[in-house]
Amino acid sequence: MMNPQLIPTLNRHFRLQWEPVQDAYVLLYPEGMVKLNHSAAEILRACDGERTIAEISTELQQRYPEVEDIDNDIDEFFEGATRNGWTRCECRD
Amino acid sequence: MSAATSPAPPLWLLAELTYRCPLQCPYCSNPVDFAHIKEELSTEQWLQVLQQGRAMGAAQLGFSGGEPLVRQDLEILVAEGRQLGYYTNLITSGMGLSRERIASLKQAGLDHIQLSFQDSDADINNYLAGSRKAFANKLEMAAAVKEFDYPMVVNFVLHRMNIDHIESILDLCVELGADYVELANTQYYGWAFHNRQQLLPTREQLQHAEAVTNAYRERLQERMKIYFVVPDYFEERPKPCMNGWGSIFLTIAPDGRALPCHSARVLPLDFPNVKTVPLQEIWYDSPGFNHFRGDEWMQEPCRSCPEKKKDFGGCRCQAYMLTGDASQADPVCSKSPHHHRVADVVAAAQETDPEVQPLLFRNPDNSRRLAVCGEDESPQDCGHR
Ligand code: SF4
Ligand code: SF4
Repeated sequence: MMNPQLIPTLNRHFRLQWEPVQDAYVLLYPEGMVKLNHSAAEILRACDGERTIAEISTELQQRYPEVEDIDNDIDEFFEGATRNGWTRCECRD
Repeated sequence: MSAATSPAPPLWLLAELTYRCPLQCPYCSNPVDFAHIKEELSTEQWLQVLQQGRAMGAAQLGFSGGEPLVRQDLEILVAEGRQLGYYTNLITSGMGLSRERIASLKQAGLDHIQLSFQDSDADINNYLAGSRKAFANKLEMAAAVKEFDYPMVVNFVLHRMNIDHIESILDLCVELGADYVELANTQYYGWAFHNRQQLLPTREQLQHAEAVTNAYRERLQERMKIYFVVPDYFEERPKPCMNGWGSIFLTIAPDGRALPCHSARVLPLDFPNVKTVPLQEIWYDSPGFNHFRGDEWMQEPCRSCPEKKKDFGGCRCQAYMLTGDASQADPVCSKSPHHHRVADVVAAAQETDPEVQPLLFRNPDNSRRLAVCGEDESPQDCGHR
């Protein structure tokens, strides 16, 4: 379980970008590319280096009230994203 | 290919800017007759290629060669690539790089530099590269890559002569502060194909290298990502070459020839040139690109094989180089009737003393000689030496 007070940011070698031809957001990094599904893209787009995981969850819950257990999804997403080196989480200083 | 399915767009564009290179790596994947391939694309022509590729959907752009830094217009091309929205990768040996150039490339918007080394041992590095200054220069450039805050990606091509240095290679990568390390076992194309006997490691060497790599991975985890590219000669199944022929990758050779992979030039197919044919037409409509799409072209054992969707029958170039027929199964596959052509070379490599036959270095003189002798013979064999 990630600490919900951590602030996630995209790692500096990664670029999040909309690709019209793939009709999707992709994550670009040295010699690699991941095509993101809709929810992964929404979460990553919310990582602005200001908001905490908890704040991101609240915001996305407001936008998608029909999704159940969004906190858990987001927690799992950041666990995976951190492991893959996409994102890095820091404390508010 | 069945007419019903239209190919997906190319996502990767590899711009081989030039075959010129100050180094002479005996495992270089450039065509052995590179000395005869002149007529490089102009800046304007490259700019058009980048624009067309991006419009088709390519998002990753690699600049390689040869040594791409030889091109003085590299910064112009990088700037255009970045501005078009590509993630821009420079694949370099570091020769021709300087702090000034690293700075101007940064300014142009370059996203990443992959720096290749020949070995962690300075003398062997320089011997393989054919340059006494190479190693010191690379160390200096690695520091500058860091200084300018690029992701640090280090590449080592592994073979018999350096694979036992795996620990010092990985230690060097840690020291350089690498974010990613690519340990690429030699793939036997181009010059490497001619030097197979001298470059192929033994099975023991390979197992040792993998074990050491795994130990470092365990220890370093996310701090340094290590990719270990296995040499397919030691496998029983081929690699899914290029993720399928003409499915993701598009290479443009220095003279403008469009290829489904950087070695496809060896195949007896007609590949169009971007000087005369638009990229869109090349990718979707040219006979060269459509030739090995789908699986209609396959013969047995691939045709009825349950694994054909997984590996696409392996590499077409390898099939051609080893059997003379590009639509054969990749002989790496143990089901291939030609598998012995791989197995025999691997078996022989367990014994031969690599010192016995001299390495054939990649340089214009050897290239011209090889082109005269024909692809199948080394100059030693045909007396052109
Ligand atoms: S492999 Fe060596 S010789 Fe070939 S292009 Fe790269 S640096 Fe030059
Ligand atoms: S027979 Fe062909 S398709 Fe089957 S595993 Fe071998 S190479 Fe792949």
